[in-house]
Formats: sequence, structure tokens, C-alpha cells
Amino acid sequence: MTRIGLIRLVVVIVAVGALELACRLGLINHNVIIPPSEMASALWTLLASGTLNAEIERTLGMIALVIAISIAAGFAIGCVIHALPRVREALDPFFATYYAVPVFIFYPVLIAIFGLSIMPIVLIGVATAVVAMIIATLNGLDRVPRVLAKVARVHRLGRIATALQLQLPAAAPYLFTGVKLSVSYGFIAVIAAEFILAPAGLGRDISEAYADFDNRRMYALILFILIVATLVNAVLHGFDMRLAQRRSGGRA
Amino acid sequence: MPGEVHARVDKVTRVYAGAGGHPPVHALGPIDLDLRKGEFFAVVGPSGCGKSTFLEVLAGLQTPSSGTVTFEGKPIHGEVADGIGVVFQEDASFPWLTVWDNAAFGLRRSGVAAPEIRRRVDDALAFMGLKDFAKAYPSQLSGGMRQRVCIARTLVLQPRLILLDEPFGALDAQTRLLMGDEVLRLWRRTGATVLLITHALDEAAMLSDRVGAMSARPGCFIEIIETNWPRERDSTIVGNAAFGEITGRLWERLRGESLKALGHSGASALAAQ
Repeated sequence: MTRIGLIRLVVVIVAVGALELACRLGLINHNVIIPPSEMASALWTLLASGTLNAEIERTLGMIALVIAISIAAGFAIGCVIHALPRVREALDPFFATYYAVPVFIFYPVLIAIFGLSIMPIVLIGVATAVVAMIIATLNGLDRVPRVLAKVARVHRLGRIATALQLQLPAAAPYLFTGVKLSVSYGFIAVIAAEFILAPAGLGRDISEAYADFDNRRMYALILFILIVATLVNAVLHGFDMRLAQRRSGGRA
Repeated sequence: MPGEVHARVDKVTRVYAGAGGHPPVHALGPIDLDLRKGEFFAVVGPSGCGKSTFLEVLAGLQTPSSGTVTFEGKPIHGEVADGIGVVFQEDASFPWLTVWDNAAFGLRRSGVAAPEIRRRVDDALAFMGLKDFAKAYPSQLSGGMRQRVCIARTLVLQPRLILLDEPFGALDAQTRLLMGDEVLRLWRRTGATVLLITHALDEAAMLSDRVGAMSARPGCFIEIIETNWPRERDSTIVGNAAFGEITGRLWERLRGESLKALGHSGASALAAQ
């Protein structure tokens, strides 16, 4: 482990330890936050009982669906917009201000249209995540060096071969930023939508546990989501670092 | 005595359509040139005179507005012909591929058998002094070495006409001289015809059999100077008296054109000095 990695781990351990101590010493009211060890124990019990399986499957499945749609659609839309400069000029102000508008205000509208099903959640998730991927795609394609288009012609590459063999790899670091953002937004949107109103799912479970003052269950579920989100992001970060190191000659 | 014509540029012009109410820009020509098989020809001229446009028209990367370009007797029209290799001024190495894979890129596209790819790439990397960096990524190399990777990528395709568009423009003077030596070695070994675009008069004078001096825009050849260097030459000829004469003559022809390229006010100010 690197020195920085070690420092990072120590910071997390100290923070968790401090919270554990504060809860155990009564500095933090047990009705507000339970000790991290109790959260872990409650999570273990929940997972072992198997009662969470259906909720996990539903929520993580929906997150995966939202992320997949957002990445695929965001990339495709980004490529189309990049090829149409006038359309891009018209849409640029919307992209620039998109995240200034809370997309979630449309969630009730979507529920009114599609009912209390997975559809409003998937739509609000995609609406939240897709624009990040569109912007990253535009950004990436903008930064493909112009000389590569000439190189492609010298090697007599067709449009598809140019896109796949030169433009896509050249834009990859920027596209990957879009993927990372889409993953984060996908998690946030699905859990938040479930939390607000949904027939089932981990977000809804947290909401119910909160309403029932069931702190053990609520914190166990929060811990579970934290662990999953951290693991996914750690994997993406690791991949991103490998990509960056390769391109910067190991100086990343 | 003139040799066999390898590529012919006949009354070529390039005019860019005006955009946004601006008038059309006449960038090049009419221009004529016969490139002799196996010669090293350099093009020098003031900034913006159309040197790179000329190279791109010759390469087939741009279509001439009028006139014809032929390579080995066949017309070139907006498509790069088989047997033509181009090295650009900008770093065109692929940062996501190793040096070896960069060099092999074109060969893999051409469907050449794997053992032959290995042989040609290993050979090109050894020739360009990159053998020990085969597994490195371009970001781990200097600007000059990255340019050598691009030359190696061109070299493996065994082009018969190599077009170099200011490939050493971003390098320091010493590295440029050494890179010039490498290009001369490459030229002698491959027997290819080489056309070099450069803004450096000394580079043109040192490397070439003939140097074409271009006028300010629209670029035309105002003089083509024969250097009469022996084929076996290197950067040490910069100490030769004839080198100074050639460079001086080039500057004599290009000074007025460079002043024109600077614009009327700049030209007047400098001319008054």
C-alpha cells in the first residue's frame, strides 16, 4: 500500500473509531446515531437472514439499468450533437445550466404519468445521469487532436474505423469521466427516488425504517449502500488511475 | 541531369471558399513541380504561404481547386495513394499504444502477416533508435523521440514518397540537426523520394538535393535551387562554405516575400530600417 493510501485508511479508521467512541460514551444520543459496530452487526444480521435480497436485487438492478441507459444514450446523443454544430450551439446553454435545475421536481409528474412503478425511477435516474455523459462525450470529442483525422486518412481508415481505432481511444479519458459521473448520479437518483416515493427498494426501506424509528435497520441499510457505492467507485477509480498512468508515463 | 519523374504537380491552385461574408482565400498556386524519383526536395517560404497546403494537396489530403497531381503516373484526387507516407508537425503518436504498437498500427490495418509485422516493426524501431523503448508509451518519451515514433510508423509501410510537414518544428536547434541526420539516413536506406516542408532555411539547405523557395500567399515557387550535395552527407556540411552560400541565396529570395507576408505596415517598417 502507498503512503497516501495508508494515510487515507488511517483517517477512515480514526473517524469511525471516534464515532464509535462518541456513541459508546454517550456523547451522541443513541436515538440519533448508533455505534458503527452496531450498524455492521445489524447489516450482517439482515444480509444473513436473506430478507434484503429482493430489495437489493431490485435497487441495484435499477441502478445498473439507469447507468447502462445513461452511458449508452449519453454517448450516442453526444456523438450526434458533436456532428451537428448548429444543434450543439443551440443546446449548449441548456447543458451549461442543466445541473442548476433540480431534476427531481419532475418526479411527481412522472409518477402521475407512469404510476408508482419502476418507470418514473428509471426515467428520473436517466434524466439525472445522462447529461453528464453527453457533456463528457462532447468534451472528449472536442479534445481529439485534429492531426488524428489526417493520420486516419493517410492510413485510409473509414469513418467507423477512425471512430473506433483513433477517436474513441483518444477521447477515452474524458468519456471515462462521464462514466464515473453517470455511475454516481445513477446511485444518487435511484436511492433518492425510492426514498421519496416507491413501492419497494432499499431507498424505500431506509425511509420506512426512519419513519418507524428503527435506527438499527436504517443505519444498516445506509451502511450497505455506502459500502456498495464505495466499492463501485473504488473499482472505477482504480481503472481510471491505470488508464491515466499509462498515458502519462507512470506519472499519474 | 533530371531523373525519372516520381510525382508531378501541374498548374495546381487551392482556393478556400470565403466564410461569413469574407472573400475567398487564394492560398496556393498556380504551381508546377516535378519531383524526381529518389530525390530529397525541401520547400521553404514565409509563414502562411501555403507550404502545408501544398503538401496536403500532394498527399491527397486536400483536393486542388484546379490543376492535377500525379504520383507514379496515376492522378491523386482527395485520397492518399498507396505508397505515400506523411509525417506531420504535430505529435501524432497514439498515447494509448506502446511505441511498438504505434509503429505496427498501419501494418495491422493492411492485413500484413504477423511475422512480417514483427520483422518490419523491430527493424524500424532499431533504425530509429527506439528499440529499447518498444514497450514504453509516448508520454514517457521526449518530443523528438515521439516524432521518431511517427516516422517509424510511416517507415514500416515502406512508402515510396515520404512527405514531411515541418516534423522538427517543435524541437530545439540541436535536436533538429540530429533529427536531420536521421532523416538523411532514412532517405538513403529506403531510396524513397522525400519532400520536406520547413520554415528553417538551414535545415532545407542541409538536407536537400533541391530547395523550392515559395512566394508569399498565394504560394508559388519563385526559385528552385540545386544544392549539389553528395548523397552521403550529414549535418557536418553546415560548416561547408557552399552551405552558407545556399542559405544566403535562399534568404535573399525570401526576404521580400517574408516582408510581404508580415503585412504592409510591418513590411514598410522593416524595409525602412
